[in-house]
Amino acid sequence: MTRRDGSALKLAGMLALAAALAAHGHLAFAQSVTPDPTAAADGYVNAPHNWQLWFPAAGSPMQAKIDWLMQYVLWIMLGVVGFVAILMGYTMWRFRAGRNPKPSQTTHNTLLEVIWIAVPCLILVAIIVPSINLIYYEANDSDPYMTVTVTGHQWYWEYKYDSVPGLDYTSYMIPDNEIQPGEIRRLSVDHPMVLPVGEKIRFVITSADVLHGFYLPSLGVQKYAIPGTTLTSWTTITKPGTYYGQCNQICGLDHDAMPIEIKAVPLNDYLAWTKIALANYTDNTVSQPLSSPMPRNQLADATR
Amino acid sequence: MSITADDHALLDHGYHKKSFVARWLMSTNHKDIGTLYITMAFIGACFGGTLSMIMRQQLMYPHNDIITNGDTWNAIITAHGLIMIFWFVMPALIGGMGNWFVPMMIGAPDMAFPRLNNMSFWFLACGFIFVLLGLFLDSGTGAGWTLYPPLDNAQYSPGVATDFSLFSLHLAGISSLLGAINFIATILNMRAPGMTMHKMPLFCWAILVTAFLLLLAIPVLAGAVTMLIMDRNFGTSFFEPSGGGDPVLFQHLFWFFGHPEVYIMILPAFGIISHVVSTFSKKPIFGYLGMAYAMVIIGFVGFVVWAHHMFVSAISTDSRIYFEVATLVIAVPTGIKVFSWIATMWGGSIEFKTPMLWAIGFIFLFVIGGATGVVLANAGLDQELHNDYFLIAHFHYVLSMGAAFAIFAGFYFWIGKMSGHQYPEFWGKVHFWSFFIGVNLTFFPQHFLGLAGMPRRYPDYADAFAGWNYVSSIGSIISGASTLVFFYVLWRVFTSKEVLADNYWGEGATTLEWAVPSPAPHHTFEDVPIIR
Repeated sequence: MTRRDGSALKLAGMLALAAALAAHGHLAFAQSVTPDPTAAADGYVNAPHNWQLWFPAAGSPMQAKIDWLMQYVLWIMLGVVGFVAILMGYTMWRFRAGRNPKPSQTTHNTLLEVIWIAVPCLILVAIIVPSINLIYYEANDSDPYMTVTVTGHQWYWEYKYDSVPGLDYTSYMIPDNEIQPGEIRRLSVDHPMVLPVGEKIRFVITSADVLHGFYLPSLGVQKYAIPGTTLTSWTTITKPGTYYGQCNQICGLDHDAMPIEIKAVPLNDYLAWTKIALANYTDNTVSQPLSSPMPRNQLADATR
Repeated sequence: MSITADDHALLDHGYHKKSFVARWLMSTNHKDIGTLYITMAFIGACFGGTLSMIMRQQLMYPHNDIITNGDTWNAIITAHGLIMIFWFVMPALIGGMGNWFVPMMIGAPDMAFPRLNNMSFWFLACGFIFVLLGLFLDSGTGAGWTLYPPLDNAQYSPGVATDFSLFSLHLAGISSLLGAINFIATILNMRAPGMTMHKMPLFCWAILVTAFLLLLAIPVLAGAVTMLIMDRNFGTSFFEPSGGGDPVLFQHLFWFFGHPEVYIMILPAFGIISHVVSTFSKKPIFGYLGMAYAMVIIGFVGFVVWAHHMFVSAISTDSRIYFEVATLVIAVPTGIKVFSWIATMWGGSIEFKTPMLWAIGFIFLFVIGGATGVVLANAGLDQELHNDYFLIAHFHYVLSMGAAFAIFAGFYFWIGKMSGHQYPEFWGKVHFWSFFIGVNLTFFPQHFLGLAGMPRRYPDYADAFAGWNYVSSIGSIISGASTLVFFYVLWRVFTSKEVLADNYWGEGATTLEWAVPSPAPHHTFEDVPIIR
């Protein structure tokens, strides 16, 4: 029920708290028998793994497109680098002083010079066309199913669900010394963002203090969080699971300690979660980890 | 141009009578000032390199405890960036080698404004003191070298450290500006008879374009930094949303300077590489005019691409497209340079002396850094890669391997001309290969970290990033050990008794500095050289 449920003492404390809340007619007690609406997110964990060589598995169509364009551009660039390497290697071998004692004095070849201007131009055109399509795709945040306003703070995130009036809560990293089995150090948070799978979600991103970076590599989302202005991005998460991100713009002392955790669940589970969350996350300025009635993550092996 | 060793002694006569203070603190001689700049660069590289070694040690393992305070970490990354750019690469390439060789190559007796030259150096030296104060005072300047507000405004960075760092940029900026004016005046007005612009060596072209970039970019930095200082200390709100200002404005101003700045760091490197490749291939440079004007085009286009550093900041979709296309265009003149270097080697009689190894290493690694640059120029991909380790790998490939390799190429190429003593060939090659392995091992794995999504400027990271970080840190230890080899090379150079010929590289070295003795006499030419 809590991530401290390994500790009998703390569990007892939680039960006492739940009982106290129930005495006030609160929902929390009933919740201990309700199934966890975010459980569907625990089956699939999209987290980085050691010795990773490529992007995370695409969690959204946008990331799939980014992945495709990255491969496309990188193969072309590998061709360019390989061509230059082979050409240089051959030149170094063929025209080394021992083999070619008498240097030529050629300094011009108009045809060659035209070719090495024209061919790179053609390569660039081949890159620019799909690349511009991707920019338009990324920019199209119209007609979302829902909007989450994401606010960066020193050093936590605040999520406000525009379609659920009153649902506005904070999300802190689990400190290193409180990490429980199943949680990922430096990535797991106390209150993840919960989102429905298969629906278009718009993020409206801003900051309450300094610049932050809202960066979700497995979903292909990244925008600065800038005080005084809002930027938008969007995603559609393809399958239920847990996705991670991190702050990616230097923001001071704990820049590395404000990760983002997203639980993507089927729409019905999401709707069930909003009701529970609304009942329990009443204070939108919570600045410390709640002793949450929300069921804790039971993540699979953290590093896959 | 018939200077002999006897004349050399004659020309030097009287100069060495100057006291240490008069010679080095009040110098108006371009070679002495060049030497001062190179010394500054050496000190800067030692500081900046030590900071990078500390950072790599911290990042060797997750949850490491070398640096436990985030503010300390941020101060170190900020100082590393500032010092490496303003007190290592720029003084080495522009103030150092530019001062030493531009007047010699164009057949001028000295720089146009010798006292300005001296002033320009001492502004930089004072700036170094300030940047160190910015590192050590209070909790240090922790906004990163890009200095984005609001993090470095008075509310989030109280204390004087940030003011010192900002002021150090002013001093470095004034220094660069005066230097740029001096180079432009020298190159446009003081070329020897017959030395038309289109006969001028490519290193001089490179420095000329660089000087124009500095002249146009530095005032913008100065404006942005001044506004930051005003915001911090005098209650203005240029970048304060609460007062009607905008943090994004600073990003535009900073990168309007910052993007030309990257070409300021790499164009002189291009110049050096051209000379080294031509000399050791024993061939004139291929496509000279194309090479010169490619640099002019790179310099020009370099001014209109700045917002590609802001693809995930507040810019419109159409701006993203424009800045992507403009950025990609730079690949074309850069391609001209790379292919012309290879064409210079083609048909040559290539000798793999140490400077040539650095130059070939430069070309190959710069192409890799350029290729990842093309990847990052795609705004759509930058949404995934912005500010992560893929970017770190990219810009260290063009700087730590591009600019630094060119600095070493220039050092090994010219140290005989500057000091009168040759470097030990064997140890030069040991230095090259150990550094080549070290930096590649450091930075290549960072591509993978970036693809996996590791953000930059993190003192601690998720355990999943441990593997490649460990490899990268091993690489940095090898690079550090390689630097010790370089120290040994330096020691050998300065204890050498060998006497060098005027042109110790032989037939391939054709520019004017090879027509004067080694070391070059203080006033270089006794007669005005005539270029046919």
